[in-house]
Amino acid sequence: MSSLRQAQDSAWFTSPDDAATRLHEAGYLADAATATTAYLAGTLEKPLLIEGPAGVGKTELAKAVARAAGADLVRLQCYEGLDEARALYEWNYKKQLLRIQAASSMADQSPQSWEETHDDIFTDEFLLTRPLLTAIRREQPTVLLVDEVDKTDVEVEGLLLEVLSDFQVTIPELGTVSATRRPFVVLTSNATRELSEAVKRRCLFLHLGYPDAERERQIVTSQVPALDEKVVRQLVDVVARLRELELKKAPSIAESVDWARTLIALQVGTLDEEAISSTLGVVLKHASDQARAVKELGLAASGR
Amino acid sequence: MTLLDAHIGFVEALRSAGLPVSLAEGLDAIAALERLSWGDRELVRTAYAATLVKRQAQRVTFDALFDLWFPRLVGQGAAQEDHAPAPSRDDGAALARFREELADALEADDVQRLRDLAVEAVGRFGAMPGRGPGMAAHSAYSALRRVSADELLQQLVEGLLGQGMGEAQAERTAGRRIGDFSRLVEADARRRLAEQKGPERVAEVALRPTIDRLDFLAARRTDLEELRREIQPLARRLATRLTKERHARRRGPLDFRRTVRASISTGGVPLTTHHKPKRPHRTELVVLCDVSGSVASFAQFTLLLVFALRDQFTQVRAFTFVDQVHEVTDHFKPGADVVEVMESLAASVQHAALWGRTNYGRAFTTFSEQYADALGPKVSLLILGDGRSNYSDLALPVLRELASSARHTWWLNPEHARNWGTGDSAAPAYSQVVPMVECRNLTQLGEFVHDIV
Repeated sequence: MSSLRQAQDSAWFTSPDDAATRLHEAGYLADAATATTAYLAGTLEKPLLIEGPAGVGKTELAKAVARAAGADLVRLQCYEGLDEARALYEWNYKKQLLRIQAASSMADQSPQSWEETHDDIFTDEFLLTRPLLTAIRREQPTVLLVDEVDKTDVEVEGLLLEVLSDFQVTIPELGTVSATRRPFVVLTSNATRELSEAVKRRCLFLHLGYPDAERERQIVTSQVPALDEKVVRQLVDVVARLRELELKKAPSIAESVDWARTLIALQVGTLDEEAISSTLGVVLKHASDQARAVKELGLAASGR
Repeated sequence: MTLLDAHIGFVEALRSAGLPVSLAEGLDAIAALERLSWGDRELVRTAYAATLVKRQAQRVTFDALFDLWFPRLVGQGAAQEDHAPAPSRDDGAALARFREELADALEADDVQRLRDLAVEAVGRFGAMPGRGPGMAAHSAYSALRRVSADELLQQLVEGLLGQGMGEAQAERTAGRRIGDFSRLVEADARRRLAEQKGPERVAEVALRPTIDRLDFLAARRTDLEELRREIQPLARRLATRLTKERHARRRGPLDFRRTVRASISTGGVPLTTHHKPKRPHRTELVVLCDVSGSVASFAQFTLLLVFALRDQFTQVRAFTFVDQVHEVTDHFKPGADVVEVMESLAASVQHAALWGRTNYGRAFTTFSEQYADALGPKVSLLILGDGRSNYSDLALPVLRELASSARHTWWLNPEHARNWGTGDSAAPAYSQVVPMVECRNLTQLGEFVHDIV
């Protein structure tokens, strides 16, 4: 129990309400579930796995947590073919080779035994730390963002397991490096692939979906304050209607904000049919989606 | 019931509903609850959801079970017990007043009031007299019948039009709100039942399977739309998985140039070898599907999925039949709109039906006469249907011939394997000629399509 209390001292947020307020101050409007889960991830020191469609603010949440807690963000962008050397650590071969050559050229002056050279080239100096190790070794509060974790291969997931459950990394030549201060870990996923049960078990899970109209209005207003209140209301309404249609890619928050910026740039005062059909390309990125929207919303197709 | 009992019962129920909740996750949930106040029901729900549910598709099941184990209120609820028991009588005046209130709440979209009204609807209009005191049951069905929420639809549409909404949108919104209210009523009836019989019993019978495990043949109309929305993500997941697996098996001949190039960074020692990619092997696919009423939706989903994955095949041709064969490949243009494809498919069914009764034998015969050129040694043939041929001639030799001229042949049957061979089903006879696979839901369909690619 004492360890629990201790953990609470180093908590990121003190309560769900505190999380909501501070995330808001950091420019992220979180709903109740998001704030509560962020609070739990901080206080239980468990990684947070966020899933949801593209552009609903998954990565942004990690950045907002970092801003709210005054922590630094260490980011690991996942891609197919990511390996240990890019994610965890790597020995600096070239520097090691140089060191060995330098040692052998000076051998006649100060002969060095194999053991000495060996101990010498496997030290911190020759270690290239990559994001995962960096995040663990940092003394300051850190947010570790593992972005688009579903893009990696299954082997990398195995690598993540040790880091996520015990916050430690084993380097054969140096021993085990444990975190002095556990980072706040956020993993994001677009669900293009099922993650393994082992990874999911170690994480708290949060699904971010499309927000309700009221919250979306607040988000658009806070991101694009210059846009007229009335237009924001219309815009959110149109986006909500678009999401009800059967589209290949429904517009998400990022698209709403882009659209708001477009309207500012074009100095559109009111979102009428003509304005919608001439800027529809900002929100819908498939030709068939646009055709469907034009048909369902009863727009004149000629504008495009 | 203590809190621990509630927790353990809840976790057990989640497991039996198919959510893989491990012991460690249960402990996580308790650790999370320790840090939160128990006063707020939504906080408890969020804590459980964050620790136990790791897949969004399972969220619906989770929410339904949570409502059973941690109900929002007990009986009529504290607020209403303050009143005299008299108002819980069911008479014409009460019904008229209730319908008025409901119409108001629906128009204002006041979720809190709708929730209270749903409780009242079940308590007042859904009560069925029991054999003794405390034995009364509540039925969502009779509550909804008495209230006849559907009749409120027109009124609601007019109200929404008055608020300045477009006609089509008003209808959609009204439909959704009334649907939401019906779900609230159903949930409240389940809650009352759980109170009487214990949540375990209710969970067994009242829960519907998640969308990816829902039988195609048992799908309601609203489910079909949801299923259709699942096709595109499923295709994307399958495509990713296939590319990944191809890459994993990609170990062609040694790429000498790249290996030497890479060895420079390690002082000329080739530590890692690089290989040329293997050429992917792609098959041609011919889909022949039964589109008669009973299995039409299954055929449509399979076609959609196959065409969503078209770039994994060299060529895909699709034929539909009831008793005549009709080619529908043209309906699937790359990037075409799903809804339009569905509409044109439904319209083309009339070409496939001459007499309107499924006849597999005639369909196979016509196919081999008209489209024999579609099959060849590179082509895989996929037949979709339940094998219910109205006791007509099965044309087994024709099918055997078709199967032998194709590279592989499979038959997908949307019925449960235990029903094969019952009634007019010719599934056992056909399955001796062609390997038959049971394919009842999206998960099985996804697995099968993955395997043939």
